[in-house]
Amino acid sequence: MKTDSRLEKVLASGELAVTSECGPPRGCRPEKVTEKAALLKDHVDGINVTDNQTAMVRMSSCTAGILIKQMGLDPILQMVSRDRNRLAMQSEILGAYSFGINTMLCLSGDHAKFGDHPMAQGVFDIDSVQMIKMVQQMRDKGLFQGGAKIDGPPKMFIGAAANPFADPFELRVMRLAKKVKAGVDFIQTQCIFNLDKFEEWMKGVVDRGLDEQVHILAGITPMKSVGMARYMKNKVPGMDIPDDVIKRLEGVPKEQQPEEGIKMAVEAIERLKQVKGVHGFHIMAIEWEEKVPQIVEKAGLYPRPKV
Amino acid sequence: MITAEQKPIQEIIQYIAPYSKILLVGCNECVTVCAAGGRKEVGLLASALHLNHLKQGKNIDIREITLERQCDPEYVEELAPYIDGVDAVVSMACGCGVQTIAARFKKTPVFPAVNTRFMGASVSQGVWSERCKGCGDCVLGITGGICPVARCSKHLFNGPCGGTSNGQCEVSPDIDCAWRLIWERLKELGMESRYEELMEAKDWRPGGAGGPGTIIREDLA
Ligand code: SF4
Ligand code: SF4
Repeated sequence: MKTDSRLEKVLASGELAVTSECGPPRGCRPEKVTEKAALLKDHVDGINVTDNQTAMVRMSSCTAGILIKQMGLDPILQMVSRDRNRLAMQSEILGAYSFGINTMLCLSGDHAKFGDHPMAQGVFDIDSVQMIKMVQQMRDKGLFQGGAKIDGPPKMFIGAAANPFADPFELRVMRLAKKVKAGVDFIQTQCIFNLDKFEEWMKGVVDRGLDEQVHILAGITPMKSVGMARYMKNKVPGMDIPDDVIKRLEGVPKEQQPEEGIKMAVEAIERLKQVKGVHGFHIMAIEWEEKVPQIVEKAGLYPRPKV
Repeated sequence: MITAEQKPIQEIIQYIAPYSKILLVGCNECVTVCAAGGRKEVGLLASALHLNHLKQGKNIDIREITLERQCDPEYVEELAPYIDGVDAVVSMACGCGVQTIAARFKKTPVFPAVNTRFMGASVSQGVWSERCKGCGDCVLGITGGICPVARCSKHLFNGPCGGTSNGQCEVSPDIDCAWRLIWERLKELGMESRYEELMEAKDWRPGGAGGPGTIIREDLA
């Protein structure tokens, strides 16, 4: 084991892992964090805490993560390179680890243009690949990015994202290979709706033997309505929503669409369980956390292993 | 070259409101090429200012000059004979030109008439696009001649990010994804394998993080 991360232990045991996420509130209401986390608590191995998701200001990922940690749960600290330079990242990691947060996710982050401060200067001092390498060096060599020794290095289990659907498609396995080379331990993918394309990408991953070097958690998002599906198709960068997903939701009355969305999510999990190299699922139920336990149970991923 | 665009006329009018004798100075280099502050634009701006003052029943005296290079003290010296006869200078050069004038003439206020935008290249007639951010440690040799600093909206060194859509940047469908371009070019050159080499975290000092840059060529200085 490289770390004390619960997620690492679950993955090492060979069981399918389950993670989910919690977006911190847009204000000083800690109870919003703890309420959301409480909904997920028995059904996941780790809870991603997003970092100013979609470039909207929110309670910081680290502090919301501490609130979750204090409930005895397992937050996954997300960190975007948009908002912090390497000094700020490293100090945040030291702080988070001091509170027992031992799992993190290294991301570039959505451009500020999408958020509520489009006039802000993005930092982008280092990119997500370089961030992975920095965190790995902090853990395995006990060195800061600048080369100085850390007095008590943070032992982070290191995650990153992958979007098999963004183009150029032929680069998507190669980019994963770069993240592996940089030292990533696990990957959470973009929400998967185009299962065929995802399987094609996974085949590329397996062909290169990358599945032996990194754990892939397949990203699952239940659709609440056909409106949400259309919005994601048209407005969210890097999303691939096939027309039959929209047609299927259109085909049921509005009140039944949430249920249909959950059914589709469960079916996707069932199918992807069979795919070589998929070592778990990352369930992103956006502002719909209360449905996660149901999805986990229906997909036969409950109870979670005790590690 | 350095690109610029003329400021809104109202902003320029506000700057010069307290003055009646203006020296309006263009530049024959970059701002001429991007049609923001050359001899022609100096003439047009002078007419616009005259017209505005006429409408308001005010008098304004504008002397027009276009220097060979406003970022060069040698040429800026050409303004010396006129400077005492004016209340203010309005410069149509990039920010470098404005500052060269300000450094030379301590007692006369100088106002910019253009917004300096970026270092770019001409793409087609009347279109200029950003190409370089002056990072001080050029990587074009390993990115197939396409700059990830200036042309990737997140200046990623190991792109593309997950936001690329139909080959365009997540920021706008009008912006080419730099990393799509880099990849296509590496393929054309048969250098695909280069893509998987990790590009290390950048040292931003030569590009400005180390404080304002200065180049000293001992052989010339
Ligand atoms: S790599 Fe640096 S110097 Fe080269 S074009 Fe890009 S910004 Fe300019
Ligand atoms: S879409 Fe391409 S150009 Fe835009 S930020 Fe991502 S990698 Fe950079």
